[in-house]
Amino acid sequence: MDPSLLHRKVAIVGVAESDIGRVPHKSKFQLSAEASKKALDEAGLTKDDVDGLFTTIITDGGQFSSMMMAEYMGITPRYTDSTSIGGSSFVAYVEHAAMAIATGLCSVALICHGSTNISDRGGKAGPVAGNSHVFGPSQFEEPYGVSTVGSYALAASRHMHEYGTTSEQLAEIAVATRHWASMNPLARMRDRITIEDVLNSRMIASPLHLLDCCLVTDAGGAVVLTSMERAKDLKKRPVSVLGTGEAHTHRMISQMPDLTETAAKISGKLAFERAGVSHADIDVAEIYDSFTITVLLTLESLGFCKKGEGGAFVENQRTAPGGDFPMNTQGGALSYTHPGMFGIFTVIEAVRQLRGECGPRQVENAEVAIANGTGGVLSSTGTIILGRE
Amino acid sequence: MTQIPLPQPYQDTEEYWKAAKEHRFIIQKCGDCGQAQFYPRGVCSHCLCSNLEWIEASGQATVYSCSVNYRAGHPGFAAKTPFVLAIVELAEGPRMMTNIINCDPESVTIGMKVQVCFDDVTDEVTLPMFKPG
Repeated sequence: MDPSLLHRKVAIVGVAESDIGRVPHKSKFQLSAEASKKALDEAGLTKDDVDGLFTTIITDGGQFSSMMMAEYMGITPRYTDSTSIGGSSFVAYVEHAAMAIATGLCSVALICHGSTNISDRGGKAGPVAGNSHVFGPSQFEEPYGVSTVGSYALAASRHMHEYGTTSEQLAEIAVATRHWASMNPLARMRDRITIEDVLNSRMIASPLHLLDCCLVTDAGGAVVLTSMERAKDLKKRPVSVLGTGEAHTHRMISQMPDLTETAAKISGKLAFERAGVSHADIDVAEIYDSFTITVLLTLESLGFCKKGEGGAFVENQRTAPGGDFPMNTQGGALSYTHPGMFGIFTVIEAVRQLRGECGPRQVENAEVAIANGTGGVLSSTGTIILGRE
Repeated sequence: MTQIPLPQPYQDTEEYWKAAKEHRFIIQKCGDCGQAQFYPRGVCSHCLCSNLEWIEASGQATVYSCSVNYRAGHPGFAAKTPFVLAIVELAEGPRMMTNIINCDPESVTIGMKVQVCFDDVTDEVTLPMFKPG
């Protein structure tokens, strides 16, 4: 693709989250719609301006997601996208929306998501009743008790085996992320923790402890994009889409070509090339942290350090407030919120950091940000690089 | 007690599950490119031809990664925890998901040699498993 096709031609002009945390009195559709309204209001746009809709819902009732959400909100899009690649979908949608806007297929794109992931389980995180008969290829995994955390644990075990990565190094990520969360009043978990706290928390699937795992919450989020030309007349300072990339390598963890490397190796390379920036230009990073190991593998795959050196990279609270690699500045999926598909929140925080709206957790002089979503079981990635205008 | 999720055989997989019930472990080999694959498919994932044959696998494998799971994603496994979730690399090349059984879960390590065995879960379904050896 000609990088100049997108470069600084498309802007993010509105971002918002809905009520988050435990919101049992609201449906996932309402959370998605309320976040959409807030993001449109912020931009100074209305739902009638929206002609491109990008959304997916993973749980029951999620079929035909974009049609369902368009109907729910009374929107008639002429560009529609329900690409369903897990938590990275919403980061990949930024690429899809930017392309659609740049080519004139739509003018105002709304990306939205809502989930009542904790309320659907009666307020308690834990096993959910699955199907008793498994159709399709997952019949070669589910009868063995595979789970999301079990899948990521297999990647962590392999990384430790190949590179000597330690549980202490993984815990550094959880501790740093909680430090950021302590500065965000919206974060669900705000009490500071130590490496010992992580190591002493219950083992869920070795080597991953409870505090290596993301939260389970309800939440909605929305992102609005339009052309840079139109963005200049809107209410918020535009944030430009500099470069994007997306890729997926497998669906099931047993089919992952290399348990220590994610598709971010592909999507990240594309995003950096198209943005025309280098790793040293990144001021703030929002990396989907479904588990601590997700972050470590992503940092390596994106090329912030060499393969196998992710453990050393995050040592000494490097990603915490005051460290030289500010990451997951709203508190991440580990401590802020995690409705099952977190990707949209990496975009929202990256935009807020570039606008300078983050108060006590603001990264000084943030001009270029990277957001990376990971979906499935380390299966898919979407990477975007955004710039302050 | 909640039953674990069980495979529903379909066109690609009927032969595999039928063999497992007879305590035979079979995988597919491509008649065109010669590569083996797992899981069973209607085409070769290496060259996309449909010229696949079933072969008796050796049942020998090496643990590629493993994790002791203290909590499972499905309530049917509540009575089985802790159990070893593992990806093994078959001697023929492909990798597959399995459990390592008949041993102390904490004793399973990456690189360990394992051998196929069979768990007759119900009258209809047998799951290939692996044990040390």
